[in-house]
Amino acid sequence: MALLEIKVNGREHRLEVDATANLLTVLREQLFITGPKVGCETGDCGACSVIIDGKLRRACLTNAMSVSGSEITTVEGVGEKGALHPLQTSFYENYASQCGFCTPGMIMASKALLDRNPDPSEMEIKEALSGNLCRCTGYVNIIKAVKAAAPKVSDQGGEK
Amino acid sequence: MSDLKVVGQNKRRYDGLGHVTGTATYVDDVFIPGTLVVKALRSPVHKGIIKNLDVSKAENLPGVHGVITYKDVPCNTYGYLTLDQLVLVEDQIRYKGEPIAAVAADTVEIASEAIALMKLDIEKQTPVFDPVEAVKPEAPKVRPEGNVLMVGERPYRLIYNGDIEKGFDQADEIIENDFFFPSQEHAPMETQVSLAVPTDDSRLTIYTVAQGLYFLLKQMQRILGQGEDVSSRWSQRHQYTHHGMGFSDIKYISCNVGGAFGGKTELHADAIAALMALKTGKPCKWRWTREEEQLFSARHSPWLMHFKDGVTKDGRIVARQVFSRHDAGAYTGLSSYVVDKHAYYVAGPYHLPNVQVKCQVVYTNKVPTGAIRGFGVTPGTYACEIQMNMIAEKMGIDPWELRFINAMRNGDQLATRTKMDSVYLIETMQKLAEISNHPLDAKFAAMNSDPREA
Repeated sequence: MALLEIKVNGREHRLEVDATANLLTVLREQLFITGPKVGCETGDCGACSVIIDGKLRRACLTNAMSVSGSEITTVEGVGEKGALHPLQTSFYENYASQCGFCTPGMIMASKALLDRNPDPSEMEIKEALSGNLCRCTGYVNIIKAVKAAAPKVSDQGGEK
Repeated sequence: MSDLKVVGQNKRRYDGLGHVTGTATYVDDVFIPGTLVVKALRSPVHKGIIKNLDVSKAENLPGVHGVITYKDVPCNTYGYLTLDQLVLVEDQIRYKGEPIAAVAADTVEIASEAIALMKLDIEKQTPVFDPVEAVKPEAPKVRPEGNVLMVGERPYRLIYNGDIEKGFDQADEIIENDFFFPSQEHAPMETQVSLAVPTDDSRLTIYTVAQGLYFLLKQMQRILGQGEDVSSRWSQRHQYTHHGMGFSDIKYISCNVGGAFGGKTELHADAIAALMALKTGKPCKWRWTREEEQLFSARHSPWLMHFKDGVTKDGRIVARQVFSRHDAGAYTGLSSYVVDKHAYYVAGPYHLPNVQVKCQVVYTNKVPTGAIRGFGVTPGTYACEIQMNMIAEKMGIDPWELRFINAMRNGDQLATRTKMDSVYLIETMQKLAEISNHPLDAKFAAMNSDPREA
């Protein structure tokens, strides 16, 4: 066992973890943060995508101890307290979810994109989401939602 | 339209906010303290006989709370229509990946180690995978009674109307083609998962992924209820194990489903998770790995379809004979339903005065097949419409016109001899031609679905 110190969605955590545990297991099974989903555990589907120190990462491929001291954002932490993030509103209004299982990962990948590129082209959106699978194949509406959210995210003066 | 509240209006998904905030609860997001991890020992061979299974080392591994084999299943046979599938293999293995035993342990690592400690002696047998090979008399038997599902006296479902031979005699051309529709996996983002929780009133709460909760409840009640039909009898309180659970002893909860596409119609993880919970008295969760989902969950069956059509020079199909083979995999599942469905639809929405459809279920040593996106109909439509295009090409007729000539109209009969009304195929094709800017001959533009002259 090892001592992990991480900040998740603005909240500090100190917890004992198995030194070999991946971040996805720790988030879900020890912190009960279940937004990141278990889709494949091999880094192929993107359902577990989270943002670690500003970078989009696969929680299932990330050893938890390797990110000790880091700041992590999951879908639960993208909005301000009591308000949805523009991407969340936009996904909701543009019917960008069907079964919803890929949605948390899609939102994190979209957020990582808009944080570094506030006005992406359709091609750039597609490229940014290329690591996230939606088996309901609702990609058209997902891309529409990211496009619609982009000006609203930049209006907020970028993201924290 | 504008004064309607729902029609023509955009409505938000009722579960959409849960999706975008990560608060929608899928089975795997339900955590009950003390939940054990379930893993199954699956058959490493496609076909074989279990000579010996020794689970004692697994049972004695620290951290293991229980192991089950077929002996722990009150009623080991289940199925939608034919009660032929086994929860856990007794001796005869029929497909690779078939569950043989299961374990519940504190962690996934211990559960995996316990599976590795199970000693399995199998006498390998020769499997058969190709449905065409499987129907030959010398083929290895997937099932003792043979590799074909009998439909009454016949080895296929037969539906016909008119006189097929007379129809062929009237034809100027006979056009025959073979079609193959391959197998397909649903590959939902969320794999099969079940969480079974024993409660203090001797009931069992099961959180599951389900498309038809009551379909599964009926099967679960059989498995846990010793095969006895206790659905009509109100619950008596039972001890956990082996005393027969009734409908009201199982509290079945369907959580948000992370994609199914038909693949969550069959009983996958629930029975074994429930049996483990009954064995250990503790909550048990069985989440299939991605590999298990892709390899061992029910899939779209492969289909082989042969069309033989008699066509006149003016493009009328006067006879259509179809022979289809549905590769069911190792167990019946929904096959007897799907061949009926396929037989009703495969000849297409056309006026066929002489039609004969034969549709056969063949067993092979593969994963059982199941529901998926219009199963049975999709392969039939694919074959039928390509056949139509091939007829058009051979007869030198425009493919649109061929469909107008043969389109079903009011008063026409299906192969089942059902007399059709409310048919709008011609009108639909006219609209399609209009919106796709396809020019139509005046004769076809003026057609309608009124009954044809006798």
